[in-house]
Amino acid sequence: MSAALKVVRPGLFDTLQDLGRIGYMALGMPTAGAMDRIALTLANALCGNPANTAGLEIGVMGPDLLVEADSVRVALVGPLSASLIDGPNNSQGAPPKPIDSDRTHLLKRGQVLRVGMVEGSSTAYLAVAGGFGLHPFMGSLSTYARAGVGGYQGRKLAAGDSLPLAREQAPPGDEKKFGQPFDYGSGPVRVVWGPQDDYFSSKGRRTFVESDYRVSKEADRMGIRFEGPTIEHSKGADIISDGIGPGAIQVPGAGLPIVLLGDRQTVGGYSKIATVASVDLPRLGRLLPGQVVRFSPVTVEEAEKLRRDQEARLQRAIADFKTARPPGGIDLARLYEENLIDGVVY
Amino acid sequence: MTLYPIGVSVRYLSCGDTAFSVEFGNEISPEINGRVMALHAAIGQAKIAGVVETVPSMRSLMVCYDPIATSRARLEPEIEGLIARGLPTGMKTRQVTIPCCYDDKEFAPDLPEVAGRTKKKVEDVIRLHLASRFKVYVLGFMPGLAYIAGLEKSLYLPRRSQPRVRVPRSTVAIAMDMTTIYPFESPGGWHLIGRTPLWMFDQRREQPVFLAPGDSLTFQRIDRKTYDRISREVEAGSFDWARLVRS
Repeated sequence: MSAALKVVRPGLFDTLQDLGRIGYMALGMPTAGAMDRIALTLANALCGNPANTAGLEIGVMGPDLLVEADSVRVALVGPLSASLIDGPNNSQGAPPKPIDSDRTHLLKRGQVLRVGMVEGSSTAYLAVAGGFGLHPFMGSLSTYARAGVGGYQGRKLAAGDSLPLAREQAPPGDEKKFGQPFDYGSGPVRVVWGPQDDYFSSKGRRTFVESDYRVSKEADRMGIRFEGPTIEHSKGADIISDGIGPGAIQVPGAGLPIVLLGDRQTVGGYSKIATVASVDLPRLGRLLPGQVVRFSPVTVEEAEKLRRDQEARLQRAIADFKTARPPGGIDLARLYEENLIDGVVY
Repeated sequence: MTLYPIGVSVRYLSCGDTAFSVEFGNEISPEINGRVMALHAAIGQAKIAGVVETVPSMRSLMVCYDPIATSRARLEPEIEGLIARGLPTGMKTRQVTIPCCYDDKEFAPDLPEVAGRTKKKVEDVIRLHLASRFKVYVLGFMPGLAYIAGLEKSLYLPRRSQPRVRVPRSTVAIAMDMTTIYPFESPGGWHLIGRTPLWMFDQRREQPVFLAPGDSLTFQRIDRKTYDRISREVEAGSFDWARLVRS
């Protein structure tokens, strides 16, 4: 019997994502990948997975997933309203059990994980220990829905989908949780000028870094269109198309900035005033329509250092994971099962 | 093997802290694009630690890197060194032949208009498209979409003033000095003059994207019957793609 998570009810836009499809931009293939690589990395680390394992990226509202495996360990990371575990192994007639994010949970066959609403961010992540049993496309499981590739059949999840699990049952081990929440930082979004900052007037560049920009409704995995004061070009909005890096901020003729994210096209013909520093890309990946940001310039060297410091903090956060109590207090049955009862149990 | 002259001056443009573009000029020319492709190949061969991938476009090469493994300050001199040592010209390119059916009104709705606006007979438009010696400059915008320049000058037309909402997959189109082949059904503003039975993107293939930057390319006229036969083979996954390519 093959192990799977069955989608009983889909969320709004759930796709499998890893850290991106690297190495195929020359063929026009976008990298895709997790909008918030930090949350995915933490979810995988909680499960004991390598950082580049594909997890489920959850937008707005999470799915209901039925466990069709002996057991599965999942980690939920991100600002979710209470998720629930429902099903036969809950004590008879008991209401569904609320569970926390930022930790792992052991689920048994027949249980349903009702993932909550994503609140205060646009994305949350669910990782499973051992990962999903799907074939990568061009070396990656990241879903790129526009071309129908990667992930589960190249698309967002739908009711009835059966996501195969790589493991028949959860690996042995304790449940884990964050030592403390990861600090994404606050304040202005750091950007590096260029590649085409010389296509803008000095007034235009000043407008860009001295104004508030609001996330419009047009925000998705491809990019975020901002509303705010228009940015003045000096040499026009059009260039001979060149490569678009992650976080590139293109400014079409209308003068409003668009930050390009994972599902962005590989090349483009609009001038790009600046590029979001990689340290702050996960923050961009969490923004919701209506939220307001400022952009603040840093040098390439500063941006690189910020990123290295963030990576070190991420590794410390992983080293700092704690063993978690079973949800809802001490689960004696499980403790007996795992021969832990004779040890010290909190 | 001849080398591009040492002293080619390039501009390094920042694309944040994970990429930068090496810009060889601000015009579209085979020579400039040749340098882009030569550096793309040279960096690929040099296997520089921390370089993740390179993305060629008409006149610049974007170098993507991992700022945890390396830095801009370390990479720029390495790339400067590759350029200073001389980039090979006349890179080996593939010769690719694309079968194209021009004979169906559904495939080529814009042929009469292109003929009218360029003051030619429809047959002459087809003949000139077939006579054009094309080169694949860039892939981008969507997976497998190639910008293929080299159209006969007398066929140059601006894009349609009113783009179409829906252009079928594998449509062959022209605009400006270029031709293209739509890898997916998509909106499009180019002039539709034929259709190939080939799929430019097919995730079932080991190489899902058929064309590559640098390919030389010509079209070969096929009739509707041949189109239908090749279509069936492509759909079934039994088509022999290798016979379209000469190295």
